Amino acid sequence: MDYREIIARRAALELRDGEVVNLGFGMPMAVANFIPPGVNVILQSENGCLLFGPTPKLGFQDADTANAGSMPITLRPGSAVFDLSTSFGIIRGGHVDTAILGALEVDQEGNIANWSMPGRSPGMGGAMDLVAGARKIVAILQHNDKQGESKILKQCTLPLTGKGAVNVIITDKAVFHVTPQGLELKEIIEGLSATDIKKATNAEFAVAADCCRYCL
Amino acid sequence: MNKVVAMDDVIKRVNDGMTVAFGGFAGVGAPLRCIEKLVQTRVKDLTVIAVANCNPFAAGKFDLAALFANRQVKKFITSHNGTCPEAVEQHRKGELEVEFYPMGTWIEKLRAAGTGLGGVLTPTGVGTLVEQGKQKLTISGREYLVELPLRADIAFIKGYRGDKMGNIQYRRVAINTNPMIAAAADYTVAEVNEIVEIGDIEPELVGTPSVFVKAVVQGYDMAEHQEKYQKLWQNGGILKP
Repeated sequence: MDYREIIARRAALELRDGEVVNLGFGMPMAVANFIPPGVNVILQSENGCLLFGPTPKLGFQDADTANAGSMPITLRPGSAVFDLSTSFGIIRGGHVDTAILGALEVDQEGNIANWSMPGRSPGMGGAMDLVAGARKIVAILQHNDKQGESKILKQCTLPLTGKGAVNVIITDKAVFHVTPQGLELKEIIEGLSATDIKKATNAEFAVAADCCRYCL
Repeated sequence: MNKVVAMDDVIKRVNDGMTVAFGGFAGVGAPLRCIEKLVQTRVKDLTVIAVANCNPFAAGKFDLAALFANRQVKKFITSHNGTCPEAVEQHRKGELEVEFYPMGTWIEKLRAAGTGLGGVLTPTGVGTLVEQGKQKLTISGREYLVELPLRADIAFIKGYRGDKMGNIQYRRVAINTNPMIAAAADYTVAEVNEIVEIGDIEPELVGTPSVFVKAVVQGYDMAEHQEKYQKLWQNGGILKP
């Protein structure tokens, strides 16, 4: 299993039956493939849709039915479409239960950076509204970059998407909760120890009393 | 009253240096024919307002891309500029000015302009670069940024059906930014798949009332429209048999 699938599978376990959920671009979109049976969530697409189905096969697409990545989607019984102002009213107004967002960096104060880096600044899209408005923010990212440097930092170095916004951090090695006292290590991937996680992590964290094996 | 006009008559209203807003969202619900015509005019130094750049599956050949490739855009006011390689490169070199707003803030700035508000208060962006240079207010213990209205000289929106009075009906997720943009310009052009008689659109299906629309122009008909997006997605490797 590659790291993307590990992270997506674990992130899917954060979702509860009946929740309204927004999945950010890239890795978070794969989370939809791993939502456990019996957990029915209402997915939001921020361009203006609540409750949608998978990418249609050729011939079943519609020119006016697409997600925020401009990929065709399908509408289903119970779907609703609306304009962008309503869509972001849903987000800012606290009507999204959980947002799962990819991150470039997160830190021990729950800050998240995911929209700009030196030499490449595509813009924040809807991410800043999601971190300001969704009730629970799950940040997903690789624990370490290609050079082995930690992406879980004492303090983010890149421009922030949101301050103190993250509730749960899921990497390919561990799961942390962000608490008022700082980060708490909750789960560790099989084969690693809390000491290994300490070595791989720049941020300070406490090991939760109930810290357990990474759920997959 | 008949607001139906020839495409060329509205396109010639766009002059160098104007601020032009486009409806749509990464190419879906975008006024494709109007954009194609604007590209042909070579009008330049435009400030473009659009929620994101061109459709990601046909960079350079669909939607807003050609306006950037032709260097007709001086400034881009948006929430995302990652899908058009030409615009990304111009931005990186400092040849294109890009003003970013969070998506929800961007649409509310247009709504404010179109609905007579002096601005909006939003918690989005507090504690980030977005707050730089902006007034902050604390209300009931929470901080908000004051975001000012955003208005265009001319706007191009895309509807499904438009009647001769200028009432516009949208279809499915293609409504996106169109209603707010329709209200936020001095002169709004609605490109539609189908022009119909007054009374043919049920009143409750009117997404943008005629008062916001100055001109209605014929876009691709529904069959052409469906075919265009099928090709886009098929060539982009998204649609498979």
